[in-house]
Amino acid sequence: MTSNAFIAFQKNEETRCIVEAIVDDNPGAIVVEQPAMVKVDVPERLVIKRATVEEKMGRDFDLQELQIHLITISGHLDETDEEFTLSWQS
Amino acid sequence: MQLDLRTIAIKPLRQTYGHIARRLGADKPASRYIEATMDLQPVENFHYRPTWEPQYDIFDPRHTKIVMKDWYALKDPRQFFYGGWTLARARMQDAVEADFSLVEEMSLAAAYPDEGKKLVRDVILPLRHVAWGSNINNSYVGAYGYGIAISQAATYASMDQLGIAQYITRIAMAFDDLEALPVAKAAWLEEPAWQELRRYVEDLMVEKDWFEVLVAQNYVLEGLLYPLIYDRLNGKLNALHGPVISMLTRFQGEWQVENAKWLDAVLKAAAADNRDNVATLAGWIKTWRDRAVTALKPIAEKAFGEDATAALDEVVQQLERRAAKAGVAL
Amino acid sequence: MDMKVAKKLGLKERYALMTRDLAWDTTYQPMDKVFPQVSYEGIKIHDWNKWEDPFRLTMDAYWKYQAEKERKLYAILDAFNQNNGHLTVTDGRYINVLKLFLGSTSPLELMAARGFTNMGRQMVGAGPRVACLMQAVDEYRHFQTQIHSISNYNKFYNGLDEFAHQQSRMWYLSDGKSFFDDAITAGPFEFMVAIGFAFEYVLTNILFVPFISGAAYNGDMAAMTVGFSAQSDEARHMTLGLECIKFILEQDPDNLPIVQRWIDKWTWRGTRKLGSVGMMMDYMLPKRIMSFKEAWEMYFEQNGAALFNDLARYGITVPKCFAQTVAEKEHVTHQSWIGFYMKPDSTNFHTWVPEPEELDWLSEKYPNTFDKYYRPTFEHWAKTQKAGKRFNNKTAPMNCQVCLNTMKYNEPDDPMKTCFRSTKYKGEKYHFCSDPCLEIFENEPEKYVQAYISSHQVLQGNCAPEGVDTTAPDFNPAEHVAAYWRLDPNATGDFDGSQDQANFAAWRDQATKN
Repeated sequence: MTSNAFIAFQKNEETRCIVEAIVDDNPGAIVVEQPAMVKVDVPERLVIKRATVEEKMGRDFDLQELQIHLITISGHLDETDEEFTLSWQS
Repeated sequence: MQLDLRTIAIKPLRQTYGHIARRLGADKPASRYIEATMDLQPVENFHYRPTWEPQYDIFDPRHTKIVMKDWYALKDPRQFFYGGWTLARARMQDAVEADFSLVEEMSLAAAYPDEGKKLVRDVILPLRHVAWGSNINNSYVGAYGYGIAISQAATYASMDQLGIAQYITRIAMAFDDLEALPVAKAAWLEEPAWQELRRYVEDLMVEKDWFEVLVAQNYVLEGLLYPLIYDRLNGKLNALHGPVISMLTRFQGEWQVENAKWLDAVLKAAAADNRDNVATLAGWIKTWRDRAVTALKPIAEKAFGEDATAALDEVVQQLERRAAKAGVAL
Repeated sequence: MDMKVAKKLGLKERYALMTRDLAWDTTYQPMDKVFPQVSYEGIKIHDWNKWEDPFRLTMDAYWKYQAEKERKLYAILDAFNQNNGHLTVTDGRYINVLKLFLGSTSPLELMAARGFTNMGRQMVGAGPRVACLMQAVDEYRHFQTQIHSISNYNKFYNGLDEFAHQQSRMWYLSDGKSFFDDAITAGPFEFMVAIGFAFEYVLTNILFVPFISGAAYNGDMAAMTVGFSAQSDEARHMTLGLECIKFILEQDPDNLPIVQRWIDKWTWRGTRKLGSVGMMMDYMLPKRIMSFKEAWEMYFEQNGAALFNDLARYGITVPKCFAQTVAEKEHVTHQSWIGFYMKPDSTNFHTWVPEPEELDWLSEKYPNTFDKYYRPTFEHWAKTQKAGKRFNNKTAPMNCQVCLNTMKYNEPDDPMKTCFRSTKYKGEKYHFCSDPCLEIFENEPEKYVQAYISSHQVLQGNCAPEGVDTTAPDFNPAEHVAAYWRLDPNATGDFDGSQDQANFAAWRDQATKN
C-alpha cells in the first residue's frame, strides 16, 4: 500500500513558483487547489529543490523561507541547504 | 477640496473583553499587549495535580518566596507580546546581519590583529555556554513563573539567550576559526578561570525558586557580565583595533539595554508590593552579587589585566544603583 | 549568514554547532538533579545525541520569518477591523463558531505554551529542548493572535467577552480543560506523546482545517488569516511530534509498551475532545466545507493509516480505539448539537434548529444515521419552537469522570441506547461515557478521581460568586451559576430572536443599502 507524502501551502505568488518546481521535480505529483490553499501529493516521496525554485522565482531562495507559506505536511522530513524532502518508508 | 474617507460607522457594544475592562477600571480600548497578557493564566478549578510534585497546583504562587497581591503588576514596559517581541528582534536581526555581511565583504575579521583575536577567543567565545545556561534557567522561570506577564517575558528572554549563543558562535565563523569553538568549550569545562562561573550557572539549574533564578541569572549575573563585556571590553577593543567586535556583538549590546528596562520594572514592582519582598530581593542580590564578582574576576583579568578590579567595581556600582532606583537598597 | 565558512558546513553540521554544541553535561550539579523529571515515567533514553533535529531553524532565521508572518497577519487584521470585516461573514450564526473557538481552543494554546516551556526545561538533549522552546513561543503566538483577531468581533457580538473568566468555570469547557490539565500534569514523555504526537500530529488536521477552511468559506478573513498563519508553525510542531515518537521508540524496546499505552489513551482523549469541532462543522458553519464524517475519513482514517503503517516497524499498532472512532463518526456531532440545543440558558453561544436545506445536507452526508436517529428530533423541535415552546432542559447533565463530556454517546452496537459504564473505587462510584474512558480510569484511578465536575460542584455549593452565603438555608445553587460564570443573558438562548441576529441584520443593511 503506497502512502502519499504531501505538502500544503497558502496560495500566493511565491507558492505558485514552489508548486511548479515540485511538479517539475516529482513525476506522479498531484496538485489539488482549494480556497486559499494548494496541496501537492506525491506517492512515497516528495522533494523540493532549491535550484528549481530559484529558477521559477528568478531570485535567490532559502528553503527555510517555505516556513512563511506552509500549512501542513505529511511524511518524515529531511532538510538540507539544497533539498527539502518528505517521505514515508513503508 | 475636502477629502472625506468614509467607512460605515457602526457603534460597538463594548470596547474590550470583560476581564480587561475590569482591570482597566472601565470598558475602554486596550492595547494588543494588554489583551494578550492580562489575567489569562487559569487560577482555579484545576483537574489534576502535577504527578511529579503533587503538593502543588498546575500554576502555583508557592514556587517562590516572593509574594504579590497582583502578579500582573510584573508588566513588561517594552510591552512584548509575541508580535511585539518578534518584530523588535527581526529589526535587530536585520541590522546584525548587515554588520556581519559588511565584516565579511571587507575582510575585516581577517585583518583583525592577533592580539584582538586572542581576546575574542579567550574571553568572548566561552560566553556562548553562559548564554546556553541562561537559556535553560530562563526556561525554568518561563515554566514556573506565575502569571502570563512574567512567564511570557522570561520565555522570550530564554530564546534571546539562544540567539545570543548563536551570534557568539557566528563570531568564530566570521573569523574563519571553527577550531576555536572546541577550545572555548574545553576552557568552559576545565580551565580554572571559568569554573566559578560555570558553578554559578549550574547551581541555578537546581534552584527551585524561580524568582531567585530570575534575579541571580538575569539581574545580577547578566547585569554585571554584559556591561563588563559588551560595554567595557568592546570599548577597549574598539579603541585598540577598530569596531569589528562591536559589529559582531551588536545584538548583545542593544539587547542588554532593553533587557535591563524590563528587569528594573519587574524588580520595582516586586519591591513595591511589600517589605518582605524588599528584604528577600536585597538578600538575593547581595548573595549572588558576591558570588558573581568572584566568578567574573578571572574573566575580567583576562579582559583587562590589571584594570580588572576597577572595571568590575564600576559594573557592580552600576548594578547597585539600578537596584536602589528600583527600591531595593543593598 | 557567513557564506564562505557556512557553506563548508552542511545545514545539519551548522545547526549542530548552533545548538547541541552549546550544551554540556553538568558536573557541579548532578545531571539527574538538573533534569529531575526524565526518569520517573519508566522511559529509557541511552543517548540523547541520537535525536534528529527536524526543522533546523536558528534564532536569526526564526525571527526573520516569523516577523514576516506577523507583519502580514496584523496588516490584514487592521484592514479587517477598519472596514467592519465582520459584516462579510456569510450569516450571523457563523459568529457562534468563534465563541466556541475562543472559549475552547485559545485557553488550550496557552496551556500548550506553558507545557512546552516546561518541556524546553526538562528535556535533557539540546535538540529537543530547543525545538520545544520554539514551540512554546509559537503557542504564545497562537493564543495571542487568536485573542487579537477575535477582539474586533467582541466589540459587536455577545458571548465572547468573558472567555478568560469562563475557561475554568463554564460547564462545557471541562472536556478541553481536563484534556490539557491531564497532559500538563503527566510526565514530560507522556506530555510529548499526548500533545506533540497525538494532538499535534495525528489529530491536528481535524482541529484546524475545519476551523480555518470554515472561516475561509464563510467570509471570515480575520480568523482565516490567523489560522493559516498559525498552520505554518504547526508544520514544525508536527515534525517535532513525529521525531519524538521515533526517538523514544528507537532508544529502547522497553519503551514500546509504555508509548503504545499513551498513544491509545491520547488518541481517545483527543477524539472525545474534538467532538465539538465536528459539531461545529456539521451544524454551525452556515457554508459547510465537508462533513465531520468526511474529515475523519480523510484526516484520521487515511492519513492515520499512512502514519501507523510507517510506525509499524517499531511495533506500534493502530490505536485501540480506532474502530470505535470510525463507528462513532456518524453519531457524535448530532448527539453534541442536540445536547447543546437543549441548554439555551447555559451557553454563551446561540443554538438553533437547522434549516430544512441544512437537514437535507445532513441526510446526504450521513445516510446511515441521520434520517433514522436524528432528523425526527430536529423536526419535532422546529415545530415546538414555532409554537413558542422551544425545548429547554433545565436539569444538570451527567459527565464522564475521565473525558468530562456529558453522557450522550450511544452503545457501540445500539444507537438507541445511551452508553454508561461505571466502577467502584475506594468506596465511591464513578461514571464513564465509554469503554476507553473506563480503561483510562482503571489505569490511573488516583489521577482521575481528582477531576472537577461542574454539575457536582454546582450542587455542592461551590459555584456561586464571592459574597454569596452558600450556607444560608434558602441557598439555591441553580440561581447563582450564571453569575458565577459571568454568563451574559444576551449571549444565551436561540439565535432566532437574539441581539446578534438583529444587530448583524441591521448593520449589514446599513452597509449595503441606502
